[in-house]
Amino acid sequence: MWSYEKKLQYPVNIKNPNPKMAQVILSQLGGPDGELAAALRYLNQRYSMPSNEAKGLLTDIGTEELAHVEMISAIVYQLTRNLSMEEIKKSGFDKYFVDHATALYPASAAGVPFTAAYFQSKGDVFADLAEDMAAEQKARATYENILRLADDPDVIDPIRYLREREIVHFQRFGEAMRLTQDQLSSKNFYACNPSFDKNCKCCRTNSGGVTAMHVK
Amino acid sequence: MKTRNQLMQVIRKYDFALYDLALYLDTHTQCREALQLFRKYRSLRQAAVDEYVRRFGPITHIQSENEKEWDWVKGPYPWEKEAN
Repeated sequence: MWSYEKKLQYPVNIKNPNPKMAQVILSQLGGPDGELAAALRYLNQRYSMPSNEAKGLLTDIGTEELAHVEMISAIVYQLTRNLSMEEIKKSGFDKYFVDHATALYPASAAGVPFTAAYFQSKGDVFADLAEDMAAEQKARATYENILRLADDPDVIDPIRYLREREIVHFQRFGEAMRLTQDQLSSKNFYACNPSFDKNCKCCRTNSGGVTAMHVK
Repeated sequence: MKTRNQLMQVIRKYDFALYDLALYLDTHTQCREALQLFRKYRSLRQAAVDEYVRRFGPITHIQSENEKEWDWVKGPYPWEKEAN
């Protein structure tokens, strides 16, 4: 189970509201490469992982992503404080405001609501870990786009922290991938699914083709 | 002596009492009786958690004590049959 700690993982202290920036950063809450998709991806994939290291890593990174959901939410929340109607209209935030006022809602910057279709949970360790590595790179690239659009040091500081975490997570997923490959039998030429095909033997068809893979 | 799963069930019962009290206290912040019960179950839980961690390893990262290896990743995981 989870327990909540009443603190942010890294502080968010933004002096100047900026609804235009808020709408851009919202994508890292409910967008295609956002923190919510990351958390749900890892916390769903972890059950079918074949090793304790991978189960532990996905649990821990998935949990950290929930802390990042909270940080992004805090950034958006602080960027939309005390807005005048004039600022809301001028900044283009009116299209979000009409449905949500200044409440938090997981959507992309373009207003597309969050969907679980942003991620996969495949029950295949290599498919899942390869997706996880790609997800971290895509999130890093998104943070770099945000940094290109941002000019407020109060916003840039926590965004740079979150960008760095993507790099660390990518590194750890790469190591989990390598650990998993090392645990495969050398006869498993095709790196078959070790979380599902537990007891299959390496056997040959009449034509000599391999029909099933072997896992140590 | 309690088995691993028996001891965890004791912790779960205290945790549930504490969580349920926390929800009650969220809307009854001045209730002395509930505040007292919360402190009572918290100390009972702590004793059970200390024993569990000493015998079977950490429930949270912070409780890790092993100097030789990171036993946090050891199974069984909570969703596995053996852990319940």
